Formats: sequence, structure tokens, C-alpha cells
Amino acid sequence: MTLTTTRTDPAPPTGTDPVLSVRDLRISFPSEAGPVEAVRGVGFDLLPGRTLGIVGESGSGKSATALGIMGLLPPSATMSGEVLLGGRDLVGLGDRELSGVRGKSIGMVFQDPLSSLTPIHSVGRLLRDALRVHQNLTKQAAWEQAVELLDLVGIPDPRERARSFPHEFSGGMRQRVVIAMAIANRPSVLVADEPTTALDVTVQAQILDVLRLAQRETGAGLVLITHDLGVVAGYADDIAVMYAGRFVERAGVDELFRRPTMPYTARLLAAVPTVDSGVRRPLAAIGGEPPTPADLPPGCPFASRCAVALDACRAEEPALREVTGHGHVACLRAEEVADGTLDPAGPADRADEHPGPVRAGAGDVVLRVEDLVRTFPLTKGALLKRRVGTLHAVNGVSFELRAGETLGLVGESGSGKTTTLLEVLRLRRPESGRIEIAGTEVGTVQSAADVRELRQNVQIVMQDPLGALDPRLPVHQLLAEPLQAIGRGRDAIRTRIHELLTLVGLDASVGDRFPAALSGGQRQRIGIARALATEPKLLALDEPLSALDVSVQAGVINLLARLKRELGLAYLVVAHDLAVVRYISDRIAVMYLGHIVETGDTETLFSDPRHPYTRALLSAIPVPDPQRERTRERVVLRGELPSAARLPAGCAFVDRCPLYRLAGDDVRQRCRTERPAPRVVAGQPGHVYACHAA
Amino acid sequence: MTSDQTTDAPAPSPLGHVPPAALLPVPRDKRHIGLGRLYLRRFLRNRLAIAGVVILLLLLLFSSFGGLFTSYSYSDADFAALTQPPGAEHWFGTNQGGNDIYASAVHGLQRSLAIAVSVSVLTLVLAAVIGSGAAYFGGRVEKATLAVIHFLLIVPSFLILALVSHRLAGDWRVLIVVLTVFGWMSTARVIWSVSTSLRERDYVTAAEFMGVRPLRIIVRHIIPNLGSLLIVNLTLGVVATVLSETALSFLGFGVQTPDVSLGTMLAAGAGTVTSAPWLFAFPAGLVVLLTVSMTFIGDGLRDALDPTSVTGAAGGRR
Repeated sequence: MTLTTTRTDPAPPTGTDPVLSVRDLRISFPSEAGPVEAVRGVGFDLLPGRTLGIVGESGSGKSATALGIMGLLPPSATMSGEVLLGGRDLVGLGDRELSGVRGKSIGMVFQDPLSSLTPIHSVGRLLRDALRVHQNLTKQAAWEQAVELLDLVGIPDPRERARSFPHEFSGGMRQRVVIAMAIANRPSVLVADEPTTALDVTVQAQILDVLRLAQRETGAGLVLITHDLGVVAGYADDIAVMYAGRFVERAGVDELFRRPTMPYTARLLAAVPTVDSGVRRPLAAIGGEPPTPADLPPGCPFASRCAVALDACRAEEPALREVTGHGHVACLRAEEVADGTLDPAGPADRADEHPGPVRAGAGDVVLRVEDLVRTFPLTKGALLKRRVGTLHAVNGVSFELRAGETLGLVGESGSGKTTTLLEVLRLRRPESGRIEIAGTEVGTVQSAADVRELRQNVQIVMQDPLGALDPRLPVHQLLAEPLQAIGRGRDAIRTRIHELLTLVGLDASVGDRFPAALSGGQRQRIGIARALATEPKLLALDEPLSALDVSVQAGVINLLARLKRELGLAYLVVAHDLAVVRYISDRIAVMYLGHIVETGDTETLFSDPRHPYTRALLSAIPVPDPQRERTRERVVLRGELPSAARLPAGCAFVDRCPLYRLAGDDVRQRCRTERPAPRVVAGQPGHVYACHAA
Repeated sequence: MTSDQTTDAPAPSPLGHVPPAALLPVPRDKRHIGLGRLYLRRFLRNRLAIAGVVILLLLLLFSSFGGLFTSYSYSDADFAALTQPPGAEHWFGTNQGGNDIYASAVHGLQRSLAIAVSVSVLTLVLAAVIGSGAAYFGGRVEKATLAVIHFLLIVPSFLILALVSHRLAGDWRVLIVVLTVFGWMSTARVIWSVSTSLRERDYVTAAEFMGVRPLRIIVRHIIPNLGSLLIVNLTLGVVATVLSETALSFLGFGVQTPDVSLGTMLAAGAGTVTSAPWLFAFPAGLVVLLTVSMTFIGDGLRDALDPTSVTGAAGGRR
């Protein structure tokens, strides 16, 4: 344990004095309902060379903490407490003085690498300027240093690339540039706010490695802020869990994951879907939603969702206090949890709800896709557009989906999974290939009534529940819309809305509210209810969980499983998160550059992945368990997903393939020139992959 | 979270078929204020906007009921009192023909308001339908619509307006039509550009996938979400129309005698500003009050409806 507020702790091996000390940091924002306390008394010490992971759900105040430390809060916010950087208090400093600190003593890495780089300057110039602001360097010397920095963070050909502009880099490369800028002046503290959230999982692993390298080079202390428990498990030394603006648990990474002591942490860990466990363990959802900072209850903010809360928990908020052998926990019953006499999940009987999707597969074929192709023309020129190339977004994709079955389409962004989904939903004749929905081929029916019937059978649940619901309409109007579109009467609509709300587990009183007044989980339930309104046979789910917090996610996963069981629906799920897909899918198809590279039953695919890309994808996902995270074997992919405009003649994966590099010359030859045909794995029916080398 | 659900509900079981989260009274919803009330509250924080509303209400009362307090009509001529300054008999005085200025002002304000309100409502409806329609359908429809808009924008419309309205002998209803036909383009263009981003919203895509018809999507999802833009444009449109109507009438092209609008009164009074200032001062004052009040209201609405505005927010005050 190196994170210490109490001076009595033994001196940690790596450092002496903390580079950053935060004491009783409080931040509040004005709002219509009075000031909102976003951060309520956060304190920690960060030692040089160490990493503190701050984990929390949206609205927990973790980003406000980061902005507060760097003095980047909007002027309307008020901040109190102490932020001691090398003995100097940053709270209350003017913008001018803070500018001397930011970038010099504190380096920052933000979530979105595109918007944190000025688009009109080359990255070399950006780095040179960043260096010259704080150091007395000639332009030439600064440029040389900039090139060195780019080399350090792993930009290939740094001397050339320094002249490129931010938009000419891919997302992962941009984030590397941002990291180079953050460490340019050898800061003593690095603050990274969700540094990998906008990136694909295979790139995420690379960036986290770069971040660790950057930290080692500068010896800086790193504050890593994230919602992803898997990310911090492998990379942080200490972890602080935030809930409702406070640290509720703070401990070394091993202690925290071995025995989470705050019931919130324990339940959160139980609610995270993982990829590594052999048997699909049931997800225990935390009921309820996090409280809004504007409206905190008097006692422990987690009490209303806690299974083991006492009356005393609701009377007074427990302080963060030291628990022997564990670190600091803000819970009255921390000792009981710590010595194992109390199960934070509460008195059991909770494991039976989610028996795992039953392999159905015997139902009728609801969706059949054969050799689907979708291309987009690439044009150039403003006035007279000429075609300069073709983007092969979807390239000969075939699959089948039966009633009561879930098929997960998985891949990085740009793999064509969403395009495939939209092609199915468009209900038009595809460019090439066939789409058949419930026995009717799309594009053959002409009459309006037939098209309407087809439409009724396929509905979509979108990624962002807030964006997918018209903010100006109350819930009952939103739910009425699909019914009106198929011409139902007013009374029929009213009864159906009531049924739908009950079906997704919402109270009828929600009907009068506007989407903005609902919580994230409720909104996604409305999105699901709306999709179910017309009693479809096929539900297309486009990243249905990625906009939801972990503690809410599990509830929606369980709801989807129940609906499928009760209504015999077929789900076509598109997701980038393999861990989540594992919990809802019966079968998984892995997509790469518009091709399905491997298909199989979920468990077979996870236990015996054949295609090198599937293996890499599986191994790139961080596991929320520090021990396993450090020891398990990884297949790290080089580079990023290439553009679908320049498909290689042979296997699409050849440029990044780890097997290709090891393969013999004859195999290499085939990989380069011949597109691999799907092969069935012996003894595993339905498990098909396309690779020459594996 | 609240005291009414304490001991007897220890842990919301995550496993029941009905997720407890939904059934628990989430506290924030209790104090959730409706969108309308929120806008009203923000609007009322702006003192200038309130002043605008008060002035506008007074002007409306004046134009509707002002005529009850005088025995004269705007067309009556009192030959016993030519060019009289304001007094007990004629409150705002009379002009060279013996017309009562008070009665004329009441009628002129009525006429100007009627023209301004109907023109700005009509232009707005036209602009909203055309602008959002072009954005929604895209492709050729969009290109053609934009071509028409750009063509009409570069045509010297004031000149055409003047000629057409003069030809049609000053019927004020014709003036409404003419002002509408030449007034919708710039608003339509703004609405088009905002709608192009609305068109990409997830809820529009979702409605398409639900099989909702295009016209319904425009009316139900696109136009309502332009709400604040439309309201602000409506108030500012009134100002613009009052000004262009008065300008036309002032130049002798708009409302024609014997009908009276604020513009014709201004034109008639302009010659005698020094000798008989009341002929000019009263209509000019009314025009100023009307435009100023509408501008204040428009600004107030814009701040109240814009979530990023500082003036409407809790701390700021103007």
C-alpha cells in the first residue's frame, strides 16, 4: 500500500514525498435546484512512479476531480480544499499562474484525442510549442526533442510523421501524440481521464502500455481515471472507488480485488461481465440507480441499493476510515466484510435468475443473410465528383438466425458490423446477396401492406438511449409511435403501452415523463419497450449496453435474457465488447474488415478460438483481476484496423496477423494471394473459421 | 433514499421480474420541474424580457380597446380643429385634415400589428416546412430548394415589393401576401441548416426504422425540436415586418390612404416635425415601443431556451 494519508504507514519502496497531495477537495456547480456538490471531500497522496486508479460510474465526480486538480473547471464552479503539488497549493491560483503549472508539472491525457489536438498545426509543431512554452529552447532543438518524444511513444518513422497533421493519424496514434505532449516537459504528475475509452480494445492495450512507458521514463505519479475496472486492475498500484462524489474505498490493487470491502465495490465487481471465467457466472445486478449529486440522501449514498445496510447507514454518512489489513473504507460494516463474516451481496437466493441463455437453435429461421455485400463509393472533388475508389464495408457476409437465439456480431470499429445490421434494417434489396426475414426475401415484396408487415417483424434498440428517444415527447407518445405507424387504434395502443411498460419492468407512472427525467437504465428499458411494441420476431441491438453504467448494465442484460425466453425473440447484437456479448449471445460471429473470420457457439469460441484475430481480440480485453491480468498470456496485435478501401488480395488480416509472421513461405504465399475459405472445426459443429495458417 | 422507504425495504432485490429501480420513487423525479416551467423560470429572471412583455401587453390593450375612449374614428375629419396640438378634446392632437391622431394611432397600430403578426407567422410556417423538408429528403429536393432560396435572396426584393404592392393598390391583405412571399428565404435557410443536423439524430433514424412516414417524421420529430429557433424567429420576425411595413408605407408603397398604418402616419407627419411635432412623435413612439418590446422578448426567449446561456442560468442576472 503506497497511497497514504496516515503518516504512520511504512515508507513505500518507490518514493519518498508525495508529488501530489489532495486534501478535502470539494467542488460544486450551480444549477436550477441550487448548488450541486459534485465532489465532496476527496483526499489522497500520490507518490512518484506510482499509479492511482480512480474508478467510478458516470456522475460519481471522478472527472470533476481531475479537472479540479488541473484547475480547468468552468468559472461558475466553486472549489475548496487543497491541491498540493510539490508543496504548492494550486487552489485559488489565477489562470496565469496555473498555466505555468499545467503542462510543466502536470501532464494531461484526455478521452478524445482528436479534440485535444489543434487541427491546424502539425503534431511536431504542437509538441515543439508545448516544449517552448515551458523551456528555453531554440526552435531547432525543440523540434529535435519533439521527434524524440514521438519515437518514444511508438510513432513509426517519427521524423516524417512529425510533419503530419492530427487528422492524418488514427485514433490510437493520436492518443500516443497526446501522451507525448503530456510528458514533453517531464511533469511530476500525469492525469489521464478515460484515456482509452474512445479506442478499440486491441488499441487500448497498446495505449496503456505506452502510458506505462511514459510514466517510467518521467518517473511521474499517474492518476488514471476510468469507469473500467479491468483497466485499473492491470495498471494501477492503488485504487480509489468513487461514489456520489466521495471515495468510498481506497486500497492497494491486490487487496481491493481480493476482497472488496465496501459493498458497492463488491457488487460492482460482481456485475462486471468478464471473458475469462470458464463457466458463465450469473451477473448480479445492483438494483436501483446511483443518486444524483443534486439530491443526496442524508446517510450513506449507497444505502438504498445496499443489501446489507443497517438503520444507522441511513442516518449518517460513514467517514472513510482505515480497516486493518485493507486500506480505507467508508462503510459501517467494513470489518465484517473484511474478515469474511458478512457477504456484501446480502442473504443469498440471487443466483437463480440468470441461468444463462439456453441454447435454443431449434426455432424457425427468422433471418437469413447470404453473401451480403455493401460498398460505398469514395469520391473526390467538390464540383464534379469522381470516383476514386470503393470502400468494401461488408464483403460476402452470410449467417442464419433462429427464433429464440442470439447472434453477436463482434469486431473493432470499421469492421462492418453496424453496416451489416443497418443493411438488414433498411429492408431494401441489398447490393448483392440475399436477406430473408421470416421467410420473405427483402426487396421482393412491393405492396405497402407487405412492407409494413416486414417492418413490423424487425425492430431496433439503439446504442444511446437518450439520443434515440425524441426529447420533446413523453414516454407514452414515444411508445405509441411504432403502433401508430402500423395503424393501430387508440384504445389498442393504450392497452399495449401498459403491457409494454410492465414487460420491461417499469411503472405505469413513467408514461407521463420526458426522457430527460429518466435514468439511463430506465431510458434503455423504454428503448427496448418501444422496439417490442409491434411484437417483432427479430430485434436488432446496436451496442445496447455500451452507454450504460456497469451497475445498471447487468439489469438490462438480465431483462434481455428474460424477454428472449418469454417471447421467443431472436436477437442480432452488434457490440465491440466481447465480455458483454458473451453474456447475451448463443453464437458469435467475429468480423474483420467486412468479413466474418470466425463463427461458433459462444462457449466454444471463448474456450477454443481458432482464428488469430479472435485470439488477439479475446486476449486484449482487460480482466478485473490483478493477478490473472499480470500473468495471462497476450496476443498483442501490431497497428490498427486498416482502411476497407484498400483490401489486400488475400486474407484481410494479413498485415496484422501474428501467425503470418511465424508461418512458412508456402503458407505466407497463400495468405497474401488467396482469400481463405471457411473451414469447419472437426468435432465442433457450427464452429467455422477462415484462416490458412491456423 | 428517502425516509419513507427505510427499514422494511432492505435491499432492492435485483432478481424479481420487475426491477426494483423502476418502482422506487427516485427522488430526483419528485423535484423534477417540467420543461415548460423551467423555461418560464429562466425567462422571468430576465428583467428586460419582463419589461418587453409588459410593454407589449399595454400596446395590445391600447390597440384593441383604445378606440372605446374616444368618440372619433380615424377617418372622421373635425373641420373645427385642424392641426391642433394635443389637448382635452383631441388627446394626441389632430392633423392638417382634422383627423384625430389618437384614433388614427389606435387604428394604425392595429393595422401594423395585424400585418406584422400574420406575416411573421406565415413566413415561419413556410420556412419551417420548406427548410426542414429540404433537409429531411436531401438529394435533388434539397438542391432544388436551396437553388430557389438563393435565387430569391439575391433578387432585390424590396424593389419588387414596392412595385407589386403599389400596383395592387394598397390593400393591406395583399401586402401580407407580398411580404410573406419575399420574406421566408433567410429563415428557411437557417432552419434547413439546423435540420440537417437533426436529420442525423438517432431518434429520427429510429422513427424511420419503425416505419413512420416521412411527413410525420418532419412534423413530429424535426419541427418540434427546432422549437426554440422558431419561437425566437417569430418574435424577431415581427420586428422586421413592422419595420419593413412602415418603411414601405412611409415611401408610399404599402398601406394606402384612406387606410392608416403607423407607416403612413409617419410619412404624413415627417414633413411637419418642426411645426407640428405631435403628428410624427406619437406614431414614431409606438413603433419604437413595439420593436423594442419584441426585441426584448426575443432576446429573453433565446436565453431562456438556450441551455448554455449564462443570463438565464441561476447565477446570472441582467
